[in-house]
Amino acid sequence: MHDELIAIKGVNGRLLISLSPTEKWGSVTDQLASRIDEQAEFYAGAEITVELGARPVPKYELSSLKALLERRGLSLGLVRSESETTRESAIALDLKTDRASHNEAKRPRTRETDPVSPEETGTQGVLFRRTLRSGRTIHSDGHIIVFGDVNPGAKVIASGDIVVWGKLRGYAHAGAMGDESAVVCALDMSPSQLRIAGYLVTSPPGQRKGIAPEVARVRDRQIIVEARD
Amino acid sequence: MGGKVVTISSGKGGVGKTTATANLGISLASLGKKVVVIDADIGLRNLDVIMGLENRIVYDLVDIVEGRSKLRQAMIKHKKFDQLFLIPAAQTRDKMAVSPDDMVQLADQLREDFDFILIDSPAGIERGFRNALAPADEVLIVTNPEVSAVRDADRIIGLIEAADKGPGKLIINRLKTELVKKGEMLSSEDVYDILGLTIIGIIPEDELVLSASNSGVPVTLNLSSKAGLAFNNVARRIVGEDVPFLNLDDSPGLLRRLLRFIEGQ
Repeated sequence: MHDELIAIKGVNGRLLISLSPTEKWGSVTDQLASRIDEQAEFYAGAEITVELGARPVPKYELSSLKALLERRGLSLGLVRSESETTRESAIALDLKTDRASHNEAKRPRTRETDPVSPEETGTQGVLFRRTLRSGRTIHSDGHIIVFGDVNPGAKVIASGDIVVWGKLRGYAHAGAMGDESAVVCALDMSPSQLRIAGYLVTSPPGQRKGIAPEVARVRDRQIIVEARD
Repeated sequence: MGGKVVTISSGKGGVGKTTATANLGISLASLGKKVVVIDADIGLRNLDVIMGLENRIVYDLVDIVEGRSKLRQAMIKHKKFDQLFLIPAAQTRDKMAVSPDDMVQLADQLREDFDFILIDSPAGIERGFRNALAPADEVLIVTNPEVSAVRDADRIIGLIEAADKGPGKLIINRLKTELVKKGEMLSSEDVYDILGLTIIGIIPEDELVLSASNSGVPVTLNLSSKAGLAFNNVARRIVGEDVPFLNLDDSPGLLRRLLRFIEGQ
């Protein structure tokens, strides 16, 4: 009876879920949840493209949809929408987004390959233009850029990347929500503790050789720090 | 023109805030300024002891705030300098007896009659520190060249900046040149590298400071003390003179006395 609210089909190895742009958001998501639960094994691990039509979806609704899918082991790979609001919400949540078009459904495009708009969308973060002193903390759901030093005793925690244009001597945690592709960059990398997603390193004691900009990332299940060249 | 309120703070205890306050008070007075020093460490007063004025205390800061004493009555004149006064802390009460607003009001009254109002902040980052910070026009942060003191100074500087009183200036106290040379103590450059604050004074370790504090005659009155000379230089920088930093490396003796003579001390 409610089947017209959602449509699920496989496109190019992905699952495309189209949600009715007019029906109440709550009933659409409720029905989606029960549809997935009915056939949990079929959907497990799938990457989802969600098509939202012209419906403007605010960030908190999109974030709850993302959580709804993630709780069921699905990842939200792409948000397709005709609404500017929805696309902004998706960008704020670090999700890939695309203009919706039924004609294009067979030929999914991400913003990187969109030849029409030369404008890169990028992802969001906060800039802190001061030295972060002992006892101070910055949190962000996006990225964090510190234009200054992060002193011992200060904490920088980001869901995305961390860039310190200065000395990183405090605590830094990138990918704090579990993103292992997050990186930490600093002009002088000597954090008291460095975390990326669930991995952790501490600076080795003793004198370091030279000071050069470095990047920390997760590789082979451990954090490695290397010069940027 | 009203006087300037200078708060002396550190975060960590025992780095020499009170010694610095007493010595700067005396140095500024010896430069001809009208100075009042306030001990904001209510409950644990000791600025009066270091200044040798303990036995003259009748009223204290809490008495003024609570209206039991007039401002003038509670101010103790220094034995040697007519222009130097002390407002002592209460020993029987705690920091909650005074509010930041009380301190602002008190400082505003004092601004009319004095060139400098120095406030000796208690250690820590709680109410006592807030009281001392509230009326400040300028904050001097005292630290020792050691990691824990620098860490606490950094914390305090963050709070000072957050209260829009920053960034403040730095006094590095108890520097031991021999240890710095051996790499066993942070140098003033190391401290600056972390805190990034203008250094207004580097005070060498000097045994005379301890005996001076115990006898209630602050070390800046001792002409043969290098620490005393360094404190004097800080006072001169506070009043706007451009004074070069001491060469802490030279041997003591004739040369320094000669320098002091030239500098008009």
